[in-house]
Amino acid sequence: MTTLNQTIQDVFNEPGCGKNQAKSEKERKKGCTKQLQPGGAAGGCAFDGAKIALQPITDVAHLVHGPIACEGNSWDNRGAKSSGSSLYRTGFTTDMTENDIVFGGEKHLFKAIREIVEKYAPPAVFVYQTCVPAMIGDDIDAVCKAAAAKFGTPCIPIQSPGFVGPKNLGNKLAGEAMLKHVIGTEEPEHTTPYDINIIGEYNLAGELWQVKPLLDELGIRILSCISGDAKYKEVAWSHRAKAAMMVCSKAMINVARKMEERYDIPFFEGSFYGIGDMSDSLREIARLLIERGADPELMDRTQAVIAREEARAWAAIEPYRERLTGKKVLLVTGGVKSWSVVAALQEAGMEIAGTSIKKSTKEDKEKIKKLMGDDAHMFDDLTPREMYRKLKTAEADIMLSGGRSQFVALKATMPWMDINQERHAAFAGYHGMVEMVKEIDRTLSNPVWQEVRRPAPWERAGAASWMDRAIDEDSLPATATGPTDQGREAA
Amino acid sequence: MAQVVKSTKACTVNPLKMSQPIGGALAFMGMRGTMPLLHGSQGCTSFGLVLFVRHFREAIPLQTTAMSEVATVLGGFENVEQAVLNIVKKTNPELIGICSTGVTEVKGDDLKGFVRSIRQRHPELDGVALVQCSTPDFSGAFEDGWSKAVTAMIEELVPEALAASRDAKRVNVLPGCHLAPGDIDEMRDVIEAFGLEPTFLPDLSGSLDGHIPEDFTPTTLGGTGCEEARGMGLAGWTIAIGEQMRTPAEALERRSGVPYRLFERLTGLGACDEFMLFLSEISGQPVPRKYRRQRGQLVDAMLDGHFHIGGRRFAIGAEPDLLFALTSTLTEMGGLVASAVTTTTSPILAKLPCETVLLGDLEDLESGAADADILVTHSHGRQAAERLHLPHYRIGIPMFDTLGAAHLVTVGYRGTRDLIFAIGNMLMNRHHEPSPDDWRDAWPAASPVSPEPAKELVP
Repeated sequence: MTTLNQTIQDVFNEPGCGKNQAKSEKERKKGCTKQLQPGGAAGGCAFDGAKIALQPITDVAHLVHGPIACEGNSWDNRGAKSSGSSLYRTGFTTDMTENDIVFGGEKHLFKAIREIVEKYAPPAVFVYQTCVPAMIGDDIDAVCKAAAAKFGTPCIPIQSPGFVGPKNLGNKLAGEAMLKHVIGTEEPEHTTPYDINIIGEYNLAGELWQVKPLLDELGIRILSCISGDAKYKEVAWSHRAKAAMMVCSKAMINVARKMEERYDIPFFEGSFYGIGDMSDSLREIARLLIERGADPELMDRTQAVIAREEARAWAAIEPYRERLTGKKVLLVTGGVKSWSVVAALQEAGMEIAGTSIKKSTKEDKEKIKKLMGDDAHMFDDLTPREMYRKLKTAEADIMLSGGRSQFVALKATMPWMDINQERHAAFAGYHGMVEMVKEIDRTLSNPVWQEVRRPAPWERAGAASWMDRAIDEDSLPATATGPTDQGREAA
Repeated sequence: MAQVVKSTKACTVNPLKMSQPIGGALAFMGMRGTMPLLHGSQGCTSFGLVLFVRHFREAIPLQTTAMSEVATVLGGFENVEQAVLNIVKKTNPELIGICSTGVTEVKGDDLKGFVRSIRQRHPELDGVALVQCSTPDFSGAFEDGWSKAVTAMIEELVPEALAASRDAKRVNVLPGCHLAPGDIDEMRDVIEAFGLEPTFLPDLSGSLDGHIPEDFTPTTLGGTGCEEARGMGLAGWTIAIGEQMRTPAEALERRSGVPYRLFERLTGLGACDEFMLFLSEISGQPVPRKYRRQRGQLVDAMLDGHFHIGGRRFAIGAEPDLLFALTSTLTEMGGLVASAVTTTTSPILAKLPCETVLLGDLEDLESGAADADILVTHSHGRQAAERLHLPHYRIGIPMFDTLGAAHLVTVGYRGTRDLIFAIGNMLMNRHHEPSPDDWRDAWPAASPVSPEPAKELVP
């Protein structure tokens, strides 16, 4: 476990992360996240994070070494799309039982790898370490090494037992495994001056494909996407790219920065969410490529494409403007999305009633301030009751959030739309933003909201609904409000 | 009579099984004002939470002791204690149901002792019921966790005393985890129609049936209250549904002397007849007209449905009790079991109407379904159904790609009737239109004998 601890410390020291840099050395050592509170915690573990980050690699067999909970309770639950193999959607686990715990699970794991290689012949097997085998001391590095030598298939150990930390740490540990065992192990057939890596894009709902046609048109080649719709060998030869874009949040900053350090691949942080951000990202890609030797005329072509696409997107949003003007949106999400979609919503005439900054960095907050004029609409933590109050008292007409908080809105019979990873709609690029505005309009204009709010005929006219009572309670002095809704929010 | 065969594969591919702790957690979710708590790392809880949210499409109360690496090694007493205190402070529950997980069981945390110490150290928690059960991820399956949690609740809540007088009108119902909230509602209607007053332990129909709540509740939204559970010793009878509920039913009988009757299933004509007869006997009431009519409808549905179900081959993957209910009902209508796969051992497996049942995964089900006409399993079977070009009847947990999972009814005359219609319709839609070349050179080549895969018999 020493090496795992070293890796984790290394990740905590990540110099590319602004948040880390603002801390003292002692604070850094403690890690990125607040100490988890028993009985008050929510969110996934490091294994969850590692799996989310790597599962989009489509042709790899993702083998989870652990008892049934880790894979059996969670498999096939993400919407990363593939243009080729669907092996990544197959759930592989060693399903450890009592015998394995008493005698050790290494041989079981070795056999499992053999079965996978024989039956599925994948280009690589990723082996995920979980809590139980980590506790009993199963050495998956050694098993992977032996299995790779024996079966001639790369076996990549992903050291990510759940109890070492939260999801975000798992993302980074997955990145470390790629840097250590995969990136730089193969060579592409050819390279061009227009080769880029896209890091931290998972192709959820096919979002990468909303962007790729434009890159194709510009002659820019995605040499490797880590990890959306990627093939193993593409990740393995990603070190030959000329430039890289790091998408969305800091989840994989360690990969981007270390690839710059080791292979001299400059990167920038950008987003495909929002029209302006999409354009900035395209310009930035072109700029970095030109810096690295691409023909400067690339920039002219890029500008032309941006101008054309922006015009088309704004034109497509225009018809919704009239209906959406003045509608107020409550954004409850994290990181980049707390600001990247704001411009498009504003362009469609909507107002931002508030945006959460729970997972946002200092830079994210600066951007929100710039977009919205002040920081009055930023909030750190919103209890379900407060979310509800905002919806009910018409401070907001619709809530955009992740699936976990949907029931606060729905049970209060208020419009809600999913903008986090579980959603099925694709919101990236120019088409994605138009799609999002269209979806908001579809949600808001649905007559169902009037229907479901209609009181039952036998209810006393004028009687206060439970919703009103909830708000009344809320306005009482703090001591009288009873238990808070932390637990509910966690759900 | 089925022989139980265990897959000898080292690698489980496309798991059918889910783990014990979340089975236990779901049982606690059928109790009013409850917060289930998994003693393990936070991922254990998060995966269960996401799974239930996707299945029920409801907010799910579920907490974690958030065990870190260090806490796991040193022992988790402080984490359990803190978690309980935090939950009480924040959500003011009636009951906290604690399930252990693989991590804390490997360490050997003595959850029972922990709860005793917490009781001693915190007399202020006296009004909160604390129920714990040992549910390691590395043994058993979902159904076992459910059974253990219900047993633990009985042992913790029901007083150990023989009642001076029993209320013959009251019956306890212990439903297995294969019964959806819709099934519980159906059973309540039936039992009440005989003038009996049922207490369900647990009662998912009160908590996860998708109603709009009266107020914000961080804990469960409904279900059976601890008070009602404590009164179960006064009932005249206990009705247990599914073999998994034998242990809790026995525990209840041992503690309070309430006799139990176990129904292995409530799906199928004969099974429902037995149930009605029993209710009629213990209540002294004739079977209500409503159910006599429903019985007629079921018989007619079986007559209409047998054309489509008879002779068809079913590949079924489910937990033992659900598997038994489905295979029995379908074979009673002439259906054939092409492949039966289950998750954990159970005495009921010996009674399955097929030759063998495999303790395995969805890959096993898929490979056994080559000549099947329909796949019957939870939503994770969708990839296999797509590859095999088979219709896929979704049943069990999780059902994340379909609406109304909570309201599916497969028990009683009406539930059986609807099940037959749903499956029959799927098979009917598969009707193959003949084409001119269907019978040209259609004689099969000498069929190659495929070698049986190595399997080990479970003693």
